[in-house]
Amino acid sequence: MSEAFISVRNLSKGFTTSKGVVQAVRDVSFDIPRGSITGLVGESGSGKTTLGRAMLRLIEPSAGSISFDGIDLLSLDERQMRKMRKRMQIIFQDPYSSLNPRMRVLEILSEALIAHDIGANSTERKSICISLLQEVGLSAEHINRYPHEFSGGQRQRIGIARALAVEPDFLVADESVSALDVSVQAQILNLLRDLCTKRNLTMLFIAHDLSVVEYLCDQIIVLYLGRPVEIGSAEQVYQRSAHPYTQALLSAAPIPDPSKRRARVVLKGDIPSPYNPPSGCAFRNRCQHAIADCSIELPTAVEIANQHFSFCKRTESII
Amino acid sequence: MSDSEVILAISGLQSAFKSRSGSVRAVRNLNFNIGAGKTLALVGESGSGKSVTSLAIMGLLPQAGYIAGGSVIYKNRSGELIDLTQQNAAQMRKIRGREIAMIFQEPMTSLNPLFSIGDQIGEMLLLHTDLNTAARQAKVIEMLELVEIPAAASRFHDYPHELSGGMRQRVMIAMAMILKPALLIADEPTTALDVTIQAQILDLMRRLQKELNMAILFITHDMGVVAEMADEVAVMYAGEIVEQAPVQQLFKNPSHPYTQGLLKSIPGASGIIRSEDGKLQAIPGSIPMLNAMPEGCSFGPRCASFTSGCESSVEMKATDPLHWVRCRRTGENAYV
Repeated sequence: MSEAFISVRNLSKGFTTSKGVVQAVRDVSFDIPRGSITGLVGESGSGKTTLGRAMLRLIEPSAGSISFDGIDLLSLDERQMRKMRKRMQIIFQDPYSSLNPRMRVLEILSEALIAHDIGANSTERKSICISLLQEVGLSAEHINRYPHEFSGGQRQRIGIARALAVEPDFLVADESVSALDVSVQAQILNLLRDLCTKRNLTMLFIAHDLSVVEYLCDQIIVLYLGRPVEIGSAEQVYQRSAHPYTQALLSAAPIPDPSKRRARVVLKGDIPSPYNPPSGCAFRNRCQHAIADCSIELPTAVEIANQHFSFCKRTESII
Repeated sequence: MSDSEVILAISGLQSAFKSRSGSVRAVRNLNFNIGAGKTLALVGESGSGKSVTSLAIMGLLPQAGYIAGGSVIYKNRSGELIDLTQQNAAQMRKIRGREIAMIFQEPMTSLNPLFSIGDQIGEMLLLHTDLNTAARQAKVIEMLELVEIPAAASRFHDYPHELSGGMRQRVMIAMAMILKPALLIADEPTTALDVTIQAQILDLMRRLQKELNMAILFITHDMGVVAEMADEVAVMYAGEIVEQAPVQQLFKNPSHPYTQGLLKSIPGASGIIRSEDGKLQAIPGSIPMLNAMPEGCSFGPRCASFTSGCESSVEMKATDPLHWVRCRRTGENAYV
């Protein structure tokens, strides 16, 4: 693994609500090497969106540290952080609600340029916008249209163009293809992959769809109730998954091949309430391998192979 | 379909919506049958007309929508054949719930937040049976147990917001199944759920289907779910069925360019073919607008095998006794 471009250490985020404190993200540590794509996978309530946003300080982490290209992000004040945001951008899930319906494409894209003082005047900005549109597979004639004149896939392309406008180094894509039909989803996945290669972008790709993550990502982090349960390369996590939760998740995903209908590990019950998570390993009460020990203390990372970690006490007896 | 008795036969179904610029056809000339105890999956992307089809069958089209032709013949419990498109509102009310039930994608918006789940499931019994309050409650609890809701009796008075997404979908299923309908229409029942919960719900639906010998019209966009659930598959594109076949046959030998493209677009599908640079083989463009349908084959503008002949309309052709394809060039495009 090459040098870490982003290092997250012991990052936590709690939300105070009327029912008490919800620890959405607990003590998460990982590195993202420069120019690579890291996938963050988990079910609803696993904390993946919170983690993604906390890394950009769109929500303020409660504890931990984030080093971004050697800079300690959490030590920056608001003005310094605003400048840093030029280097880190986000693409949202819903291409319908993330574009202002009253702005034309030109205004949507120029807004980002103006905010970061890119382009000397409006003519120059317009030509930047046109080349951005072309880069994401749209054309110059689209520049004066409103969001409602585009299909979902095209809107997502506009969202990507907006994120790229300020030439970031790091991109967080939060469920950016899950609202799209599969034939269009494939177009956008191809586009994201091309852009990352061409611009040497580092990306955090958040998704609940395992097959999408496998296709796109170099490294994969599986989250459960705010904590990572397994970290490894796409191949390690998919071909040699070690954590019982990852195994159940992979086994639950339907395979588009009727000759492979199979007996699978169907998990019982739901993800526990984050207000009152189980002691020790959070997965233990849905886990078929759980033993009494699992409730006592938190599982620590066990390195199974080079850079492949499973957070499970029973790793040795499972794999 | 030969091995089981047909309980729903749709022929030539057309459904349209009135709009300011005239009427638009959302569903065109639809034909399919469902056998008792069998699952037909209706697959398609947004805008393909699959949900409109289900609403047309149930007589639940929104106000601007209407059935513009064709018939939906349903064989009821007493063996009579009735055309659902010809029933009045009161007759349809008797059929819905008792004969044909439906579950929707989003359990939160289809449950009433102001009533307990016990009341909402029990309402079916109140409307369709003569059972008294105690008998209704007992039956509802029995049903909650059947759909594997833990501590069913204590959940009777819970409100929808107190349940998780998976539990709510179980409540929807309990409500749909309580009168033991012969046909269940499930419109994207697991799309809003996480994969581990989806697996639970699909298992549950399969088990209940077997126990009740119920037919299912399963509407989905997910080819993985199709592969797991369906006996027979109909692929819809822009309001028409473009390919129909038994599930094994469809996945082994997809013959319409759209079906082929759909399967190749799925990342991580087993045996998928990526182009040499490792990219997914996406289908270019997007589904046409209903008021701007292309001439002839509606998939033409996105199709790699398009020729000038494709500009005139094309009928379904059988490539095999049970395998139907709507493509002029069928047989020329082997799936590789």
